[in-house]
Amino acid sequence: MNALAARRRHPAAIAVLLLLGLLVTGGAYSFFAPKDANAASTVSADAVQDGKNLFLANCASCHGVNAEGTKSGPSLVGVGAASVDFQVSTGRMPLAGPNVQAPVNKVKFDETQIAALAAFVASLGAGPAVPEEKWTTVIQPGTPENNRAIATGGEIFRVNCAMCHNFAGAGGALTRGKYAPALDEATPRQIYEAMVTGPQSMPVFNDRNISPEGKQQVISYLAAQRDQTNVGGFSLGNLGPVSEGLFAWVFGLGILIAGAVWLGKKAA
Amino acid sequence: MTTINENRPAQGLRADDRRDEEVHDSTKPLGGIAGWVDDRVGAAKGVSFLLKKVFPDHWSFMLGEIAMYSMIVCLLTGAFLTFWFVPSQTLVPYDGSYIPLQGIMVSDAYRSTLDISFDIRGGLLIRQIHHWGALIFIVSVFAHMARVFFTGAFRKPREINWVFGTILSMLACIEGFAGYSLPDDLLSGTGIRAMNGFVQSVPVIGSYMSYFIFGGAFPGEAIVPRLYSVHILLIPAILIGLFTAHILLVFVHKHTQYPGPGRTNNNVVGYPLMPVYIAKAGGFFFMVFGVITLISALFTINPIWAYGPYDPSPVTAGSQPDWYMGFADGALRLLPGWLEFVSWGDFTWSMNIFPGSILLLPIMWGIIGAYPFVESWVTGDKREHHLLDRPRNAPTRTAIGVAGITMYLVLFFAAGNDLIAIKLHLSINDITMALRTLFFVGPPIAFWITKRICLSLQRADRQKVLHGRETGTIWRYPDGRFEEIHAPLTPNERWPLVQHEVPEPLQISAQKDENGVDSPIARKERLRAKLSHFYFVDRVGPVTPSELEAAHHAHDEPHAALPAGEHEALESTGAGAERESIKADKRLD
Repeated sequence: MNALAARRRHPAAIAVLLLLGLLVTGGAYSFFAPKDANAASTVSADAVQDGKNLFLANCASCHGVNAEGTKSGPSLVGVGAASVDFQVSTGRMPLAGPNVQAPVNKVKFDETQIAALAAFVASLGAGPAVPEEKWTTVIQPGTPENNRAIATGGEIFRVNCAMCHNFAGAGGALTRGKYAPALDEATPRQIYEAMVTGPQSMPVFNDRNISPEGKQQVISYLAAQRDQTNVGGFSLGNLGPVSEGLFAWVFGLGILIAGAVWLGKKAA
Repeated sequence: MTTINENRPAQGLRADDRRDEEVHDSTKPLGGIAGWVDDRVGAAKGVSFLLKKVFPDHWSFMLGEIAMYSMIVCLLTGAFLTFWFVPSQTLVPYDGSYIPLQGIMVSDAYRSTLDISFDIRGGLLIRQIHHWGALIFIVSVFAHMARVFFTGAFRKPREINWVFGTILSMLACIEGFAGYSLPDDLLSGTGIRAMNGFVQSVPVIGSYMSYFIFGGAFPGEAIVPRLYSVHILLIPAILIGLFTAHILLVFVHKHTQYPGPGRTNNNVVGYPLMPVYIAKAGGFFFMVFGVITLISALFTINPIWAYGPYDPSPVTAGSQPDWYMGFADGALRLLPGWLEFVSWGDFTWSMNIFPGSILLLPIMWGIIGAYPFVESWVTGDKREHHLLDRPRNAPTRTAIGVAGITMYLVLFFAAGNDLIAIKLHLSINDITMALRTLFFVGPPIAFWITKRICLSLQRADRQKVLHGRETGTIWRYPDGRFEEIHAPLTPNERWPLVQHEVPEPLQISAQKDENGVDSPIARKERLRAKLSHFYFVDRVGPVTPSELEAAHHAHDEPHAALPAGEHEALESTGAGAERESIKADKRLD
């Protein structure tokens, strides 16, 4: 301790201290910072080259030759593989035409092509990677822990997602023709990717907002809700009281008036 | 064998006496259980009064019956639900059979409703019958109201019953809202949250009222138990009381009927309650119950398990109230945000919320309730009416009704603007702007179109009476000319087309007295004359007997000859003869 105290006035002390400070801050940052920025480094150079060719043929007209973005499309540097996988595997990209929002469409590429495109875009800059399979596996109901996990997913869903996607994931309206789509066709992987990349109007739910376990629970909740027997009968689109009221007016009153007409015509 | 000599002269003197014995015989006392009951409560007279009531046959008279029966269905199923429902907001962990909610902390009200839905035998069906029955109850109340309005059945002497009906329809909506809020699910909790906002938007006293209703700050733990008392005790009691008065007044006034041969203002043509209508109406009860049960068995309503428990932080897309509160929700969605302002220091006037949520309800039901009185004042018609109007024969009233319904529908559809947007791929902002415009532009257009259609239909009726029904048979004459054969109407077919009266606008009586002093009621009278002009300026009179005569003489074809007995039938319509123009009945002498 004395030795250290004796050298505290050494000319190099300030530099050493500064270096130490920087190392600690930087180290702490790299330790605490969100870890989702892992570029797909395991993909072969061939796949990146294939992806680039596909990109030039199908995407570059809007996103630019180097994916730097143009007036018609945003830059793709740093959007990550997850984003590409989501947009292309749901058929949203390539976009058929300018619109307020990219609609779900026919998927134009096969698995390998999508993976190649994703690898190319990921090689441009770090971004969210395609999720690991263990987070996109649906938790099956049965054991109490699993049921509890599904119910927690429901709570996360209601707090974070239902205000746009509706309580049953049937979708909802946003401003000026934009909308939150229905979730019934989305695969667990697409739901996960949407959460980490925040496509279009959707906010990003990174691993700090909702942990990968939480995301898996949300996915499992949606699956459980979808698999649930419709105990009450036909669901009328899960759209709440609007469809119920319409049904009561059209069919409820309609059938009863038909009955009244029949009874009114019946001879006494 | 008798010992009385029947041929005694004294007996002969009393031969013409009233035979009291026989009179007594015709009203023989009731036997059996009915007689036993009558001897003790004296109900036979009243029951016989009710059972002998005659009801006319028409499907539209059964809309009110649908309402009555679906209300009974709700009462029966509601009693079942009270056996298991726990009106408490205490948090308990959910441990029932619905997996996606297991282990979550929910209120006892929500848990018990989930148990009714999943763990109590028949519970879900009864719950769905209760909710579908409630929706159909209010649907039929409104349909019944429209029938009464458009046929003019609210006219003297039935104004009070119209007011009762108005209050009933409002109570039905409030009852529905209270019941809808009980399960404490995410959607109904959002509804209560909105209600809290509405109450707070009341100027000056709003925040106090909110604290009063919720027993403290929102959400508290008091609102579900309070709404429960209101839903199962207070409003049902008022509803049943008013509804009984409503039905009794129908018996007192006798039922209205559509015009037809033999139907006058002084009779009712139909069948007595016993045995015909007991069978028909009783049968209809089971039809209504059956249809509601069938719908409930096939279609989900209010899947509270999918909504999740209420929690003030989340809200779901597609949050709408049940349809009968939709018009108020729509009004809120249409009101622009810039209507809120602050004055006198820190008083906030939430005119972006208050008119649509709180003010709209008394205004709407107030206008509906006041309409019969306004119309009778404007038209100066103080006579009793037991014959219904065909809607086309009261063009202005019909047009006012359609304009009102248009306004209501605009608000109603505005409540579903988000669903219209996603289902039709439109911008919600454009839909809102379009509906705002339509709220002001739609009703006048609807008024004008309806009135023109009514007048055209009246003219078509005239043509039909004058020239007969088009048969579609083309007749070719020897000289080469073609003509379509018109079959003359039978007197029975003609009656409904010519029986109505067409009032003329009121004339203003003298506005100044003999000294040249303005009458104190002159301004009111001028307004009345103007409104009367508005009501009756466009009118198409029914064909008079002389017009019909002239039309028949104009037709020289042999097939157009009148069947025998035609003229007498027309004379007896009486409508032409009794018609009188209504003059302002306030005179200044």
